[in-house]
Amino acid sequence: MQAIFAIIAALIVVSAIGAISFRNLVHCALSLVVTFCGVAALYLQLGAPFAGWVQVLVYVGAVAILIVFAILLTRSDENKPEPIFGNNWKAGGVIGLLLFSVMVYAITRDGLDSTPLPAKPELTVREIGVDLMTQYVIPLETMALLLTTAAIGAVIIAIRLCNPESSADSDTHAKAAGSVEATH
Amino acid sequence: MPRPPVRLKPLIETKMIPLSYYLILAALIFCVGMAGALMRRNLILTLVGIELMLNAANLNFIAFWRYNPSAASHAGIMFVIFSIAIAAAEASVGLALVISIYRHYKTINLDKIDSLKG
Repeated sequence: MQAIFAIIAALIVVSAIGAISFRNLVHCALSLVVTFCGVAALYLQLGAPFAGWVQVLVYVGAVAILIVFAILLTRSDENKPEPIFGNNWKAGGVIGLLLFSVMVYAITRDGLDSTPLPAKPELTVREIGVDLMTQYVIPLETMALLLTTAAIGAVIIAIRLCNPESSADSDTHAKAAGSVEATH
Repeated sequence: MPRPPVRLKPLIETKMIPLSYYLILAALIFCVGMAGALMRRNLILTLVGIELMLNAANLNFIAFWRYNPSAASHAGIMFVIFSIAIAAAEASVGLALVISIYRHYKTINLDKIDSLKG
């Protein structure tokens, strides 16, 4: 059990550091996929298989592909021999290290490990579905609204509004609409 | 006649992983993600760092749910499911913004995108 955890944790940490430190952006995206799969494996180990497979489906299947497409659509200048870190990267590193030390201090000073591990909870997909339809139905509907808004908003933000082809299209549409109105 | 005490139980419990291991791992993922979001000069890598931070938070939720003595509560799993949905929405809108910014400025270098005027 502990050996499995150690292997998965080492894989997650190495691939997470790789995901933010490779020079090639495609390598970063692939390393991020490894991190997501490692976190999903930890969910499976913790007795939450539904969350683990949702993690694989949504993160590896959708978010990583979105990131790869964004890399494809934006030509980056990371391949030039320029520094990959920004102007104030030292401040970022110091903030990360300070936050990690504060977190480790806060975690280790409390007696968290004295609580015994309870028996493995049996949570089936059926129970999750019943909970989603009864106790959590308002958050579920809110989430549906949020996802619809995000999808429409992403299309509106990313659409190209002022290229000549689409304006020509809109001209023909306007003419067609005008002719339709004229016939009426 | 009293039964002899069972010796096997502490042996099994010592083989279990303590809760703080998961918390320290999640803290490490969070700090790596935040350092990446703050240090890199590429806008897409900032979004990658934010995704890593969200993953660390979800790992904390699942770990606390697993080590919760009251087994009837499913709130940790539910929170993770909703959090994953919100992360997907955030990634889609964020990457649409990246593409829009790239069309406008012809770069996604964060050190060059420093004016609020369009």
